[in-house]
Amino acid sequence: MSERTEMSVPRPQHMQAPAEGREHHEAPALVPAVDIVEDENGIVLYADLPGVSKDRLDIRVDGDSLLIEAHASVHVPEGLKVLHAEMREPHYRRVFTLSPELDASRIDANLKDGVLTLHVPRTEQAKPRRIDVTVN
Amino acid sequence: MSFAVRFPTDFVSEFERMQQEFDDAFRSFGLPSSIRATGRGAFPVLNVGTTEDAIEIVAFAPGIDPQKLEVSVDKGVLTIDGERPAAAGIAAVAENGTSSRDRVNVYARERFTGKFRRVINLPKDADPDQVRARYTDGCLCITVNKRETSKPRQIPVQ
Repeated sequence: MSERTEMSVPRPQHMQAPAEGREHHEAPALVPAVDIVEDENGIVLYADLPGVSKDRLDIRVDGDSLLIEAHASVHVPEGLKVLHAEMREPHYRRVFTLSPELDASRIDANLKDGVLTLHVPRTEQAKPRRIDVTVN
Repeated sequence: MSFAVRFPTDFVSEFERMQQEFDDAFRSFGLPSSIRATGRGAFPVLNVGTTEDAIEIVAFAPGIDPQKLEVSVDKGVLTIDGERPAAAGIAAVAENGTSSRDRVNVYARERFTGKFRRVINLPKDADPDQVRARYTDGCLCITVNKRETSKPRQIPVQ
């Protein structure tokens, strides 16, 4: 089951139950650490995905949910005997809920050195704008 | 929290979150909240393995300039040193103290930032003169060759 984190809502949503019908009964996965920052253009999400290359990363938007799924692979020589492992599950998964003022069709993703940067812009209507006052 | 193994049950993840909050609370008093040598939030996460020829260490340290990673070996102890800067938007908020001016809101701040150091005691058969390190996809892979004399070998019977 994935942890769901509400984006664009300032209150912590830890206790929020996952939406019905969207439960994942899949293999255990790590929940990647994220930073989420909002400015007037939209939301920027940074996710730590060490060991993930571009072709092993899967980002999907389904309705209002954004799924990040990735598989880490590190090149290790043959015959490796593991002595100590703090990272045991090379699989990452996390689901976020996008608020309606975000434009899910224009998400921009960039992966560099194991850090995924996602730009989710606001819809044009949701951007803060100045309203000119006309005087009669 | 982020790198702890998660099980696919909600109860466990809730429990882990609670434990993490305890850890955070105790850390502010400078007290360890568990008997483990490394805190749950240790960064970077390390895996260590061995082959016949070498000791392989993988440090999961994403988003770091490889120039700023320092790997050193001294008296059989391998040290990984470095610093990870905060993400751009978060750094701006931290500097200004308040986010209201730039209308920047931070909703999640789970990623590690700051200086880090991890120390690994190398086994006796490690050769400190033959260490290679490479950084790919946010993983620092360090290979420490074993000494020739300690490698398994066949002894011919005369």
